[in-house]
Amino acid sequence: MTEQTLPHADRRKRQLPQINPVYFVLAALIVAIVVMNPAFAEPTGYMNFLKRAAPLAILAAGQLYVIVSGGFDLSVGSVITLVVVGSSILSNNDPNSTWWVIATMFAIGAGVGLINGLVVCYLKVPSLIATLGMMITLNGVAFMWSGGSPRGYLTDQFRFFGRVNISDLPLIRILPVALIVLIVLGFALYWLMHRTNLGRMIHAIGDNPRAANLAGVPVNRVRILAFIVSSLSAVAAGIMLGGFAGVSTDVGTGYELQAITAAVLGGAQLLGGRGSVPAAIAGALTLNAIFTLLNFLGLPQPIRQVVQGLILIAAVAVAMQRRKHTGR
Amino acid sequence: MTDLIATRPKLAFRFDRWAPALLLAIALLAYVVIALYTGQTQYLTVDNLISVLGRSIALGITAVGQTFAILVASIDLSVASLISAVSVLTSVIMNGNPAMVLPAIAAALALGLVVGLVNGLIITRLEVNPLIATLGMSLIIQGCLSAFVSNFAGSVPPEFQVFAYGGFGSLSYSLIFLALLAVAAWFVLRHTRFGSDIYAVGGNKDAARVAGIKTARVTIGAHILCSLCAAMAGLYLASRLRSGAPWIGSDGVYDLESIAVVVIGGTILAGGRGGIWGTMAGVIIFSLIDSIFNLAGVDAFAKQVLRGIIIVAAVAFYAVRSKRLVA
Amino acid sequence: MKKILALALAAGLALTGAAFAQAPNFDDPAEFARQKALLTTTPMGPADMPWEQYLVDGMKDTASFKKEGPYTVCFSNAGVNNPWRVVGFTDLQQEVALHPEIGELVHVDAEGSDDKQIADIDDLLAGGKCSILIVSPNTTAALTPAVEKACAVLPVIVFDRGVNTDCPVTFVHPVGGYGFGIQGAEFIAANVKKGANVLMLRILPGVDVLETRYSGGKHVLEDAGLNIVGAEFTDGDNAKTKSIVEDYLQRGTIDAVWMDAGATAVAAVEAFQDGGYPIPVFVGEDQQDYLQTWQANGMTAIAPTYPTYQWRTAIIAAVKTLKGEAVPSPEWILPQPAITMDTLDKFVNPKMPPLHYAMCGCEAMANYPTAWGGQ
Repeated sequence: MTEQTLPHADRRKRQLPQINPVYFVLAALIVAIVVMNPAFAEPTGYMNFLKRAAPLAILAAGQLYVIVSGGFDLSVGSVITLVVVGSSILSNNDPNSTWWVIATMFAIGAGVGLINGLVVCYLKVPSLIATLGMMITLNGVAFMWSGGSPRGYLTDQFRFFGRVNISDLPLIRILPVALIVLIVLGFALYWLMHRTNLGRMIHAIGDNPRAANLAGVPVNRVRILAFIVSSLSAVAAGIMLGGFAGVSTDVGTGYELQAITAAVLGGAQLLGGRGSVPAAIAGALTLNAIFTLLNFLGLPQPIRQVVQGLILIAAVAVAMQRRKHTGR
Repeated sequence: MTDLIATRPKLAFRFDRWAPALLLAIALLAYVVIALYTGQTQYLTVDNLISVLGRSIALGITAVGQTFAILVASIDLSVASLISAVSVLTSVIMNGNPAMVLPAIAAALALGLVVGLVNGLIITRLEVNPLIATLGMSLIIQGCLSAFVSNFAGSVPPEFQVFAYGGFGSLSYSLIFLALLAVAAWFVLRHTRFGSDIYAVGGNKDAARVAGIKTARVTIGAHILCSLCAAMAGLYLASRLRSGAPWIGSDGVYDLESIAVVVIGGTILAGGRGGIWGTMAGVIIFSLIDSIFNLAGVDAFAKQVLRGIIIVAAVAFYAVRSKRLVA
Repeated sequence: MKKILALALAAGLALTGAAFAQAPNFDDPAEFARQKALLTTTPMGPADMPWEQYLVDGMKDTASFKKEGPYTVCFSNAGVNNPWRVVGFTDLQQEVALHPEIGELVHVDAEGSDDKQIADIDDLLAGGKCSILIVSPNTTAALTPAVEKACAVLPVIVFDRGVNTDCPVTFVHPVGGYGFGIQGAEFIAANVKKGANVLMLRILPGVDVLETRYSGGKHVLEDAGLNIVGAEFTDGDNAKTKSIVEDYLQRGTIDAVWMDAGATAVAAVEAFQDGGYPIPVFVGEDQQDYLQTWQANGMTAIAPTYPTYQWRTAIIAAVKTLKGEAVPSPEWILPQPAITMDTLDKFVNPKMPPLHYAMCGCEAMANYPTAWGGQ
């Protein structure tokens, strides 16, 4: 587990001076938004933006683990739904329940990730199908558990993470708790992916599972861990989304594709081997910035869909061309 | 020793070949048992079994096309929105006028052709991952469509409704159409150069290229066929619903369901192995599952849970024996 | 290649042109006037049981459908894919329990797909054991042929959304979308100054009942000289609703919020609370979470309803038909009361789940509140 597991050490060096284009795109979008709507430069403007983008950013960072390991996780949206619906049932309006409910949700999330990983590794079901099955199943479970309609309320304590702004601060005036959560979890995910052996092994198995196997990487265990990280990030995103806006039975719908889009915008390579946590977070912010901009321009929902489709294809196409030029 | 090596792949081949039939038999058995157990023997007539098959015509037509895309180691997530677009296009062009039936069909197929061609070009020329390429295409089609229509638009004249509602006795034209389409697909895959190229490209693209196959053309061809089939499914749905609406495709979840039946039918996602009869078995299994749930009175939520598990279990049934690493 | 592109372009243009020509009419002055009048019509039928009342006279003789019990009532349901339908379906099941003459309820769920619902109805007919068929169509146009086919063999009751045929015994529904829109908008007009800013929040385009709610509401607001600052689609998503309202608050004041459905009303209220703004005049719907927020904050508000008790009426109509008793026909139009500040306290019940629709007519039923998820 020394140099062998570092995939292409020389390539890393060559990449260092390059800056991921997603950061430029994000900066340009933010400038455009501020020009369109100067109120965005006020603390309430950009803090609200970060608060709303935080769940997707965490979700994208978690999804990145599975993408870099060479798979997909389509079950994250349904995990979000399950977390929101399940928490509202379990907490039963009791403020004291908050901590154990959150702990239970993380345990459920870890279980979901574990099952995803086991099905992929040992039943050899491709992750696309395995997590698609999990998505359908969990949506059904959330509905069965609740009877098709939310069954309780989320307590104010539970909603603290997604809803509350810390106010009366100097300089920035308000600071959403969601942003603090994003910074803490974002840094943790960054550290795990780019500063630990686990992160290197995830890159290795995504790059070339056979080679990684021969080099002594416990491929199955690493892959399972990647799925668990993704599910846990979905639990965190669910807690924040439920906090921001309250209970409903379709909160998570569509988030799986948004998370993959965000990771891809951040330059992650599908089918594995390459990706960066900060860039995935920037990808999520970019996606939200695009929506905000289209909103300020007064463009209706269908146009937003078209734009999302175009940037998705363009982002991957551009990344492929760049990769060709940089020698791979 | 040499014997062993020689027989192993043969054994695996046989399993692949018979597994869909085995799954189908299990589903059929479950259907009969549930019908007997709940005392609803009136559902065990031939007419009724035909009507069970008739449940999933649109899914079947779409899945035939999806089989081509998956065999060539690609995938198509844009079929659902293409189905919506085609159904609206058809019904708006026909607008109740029997004289416009043929132009509408031509326009529908042309739209399918263009979408398939663009999908194929994005995947082969821009080298965009097929999942992302077709997902993006799906968003673009759906967006363009919703920009113009938000409800049922146009209407289909009775002459064209015959496609979905007419038939010889209880055997509907649309079911015969699906059967013919499957036979045609089988013929293409097994008896034409293009068919064998699809298997070659799906199995190992680099080897196929070395062998002199124009891999990009084969991939584009497979995507065109896939989109054409989705267009035909859109025509069928327009005929069945008597009008087109922009939500028909996404409501039926034809994108994910068509992929699910193809893989349940034993075609592997990595491409190069599988075939049309497996897909047909997958479609019938899906119809049977639906009917079984209706017979047993399973509620919609439990249905979803079971459906998710069944999809994974069926795929695991094939995959668990394979030695390859998947992700 | 060029030919193909040209063809596609032509097709696209044809689509555009025709689609605009085809847009269904959701702005029908005659229907607007009819529903406006129905809102104030005194209902016929037993007092205090609005699910048995009807607003328009005209009975149909059903002697030809008379049958001996026990009945097998078959129900083809568009889906139970939203909380309104969950409450309604519970209403329906509990109503069935009140009728010993119903031997069995066969329920098939189309999960929101027209194609599947057509197949479901075929299956029910093929099974041949239904005494009567109740249909809650997923969409009006698509289900018409299937309902016509069913009418040929057995009595059919349609409710909620209609079908384009008169063949069913009756079509059960409340006053309708224009009525809903009018009730909310008239309340706003009565409670804000002329020229006040109104934000209209809608779920999604294309759904008939929601389009007519919007059209009805917009007319009244415009006629009252109010300033509609925007009409936005929320997709019924709490997070999106809250974000939209926050964005509007950044840009200017809002004096009233009109919504075409209330499932995300609390999220909209929270946007005002969290931003430190006073809560303006609000139009929501009869969901418990909204009613409770309204009561707790002493809001100036109203809740028009699309009563879930119509699911009870469907069963009542089916049983009457099979017994040969006359039913209101061709339409059984139910009253559509709004919850007002005067009647609010009667409908608030914190023991019920957040998206319980209070206008369920179910409070006196045997398994209330547990069957509806209450405590």
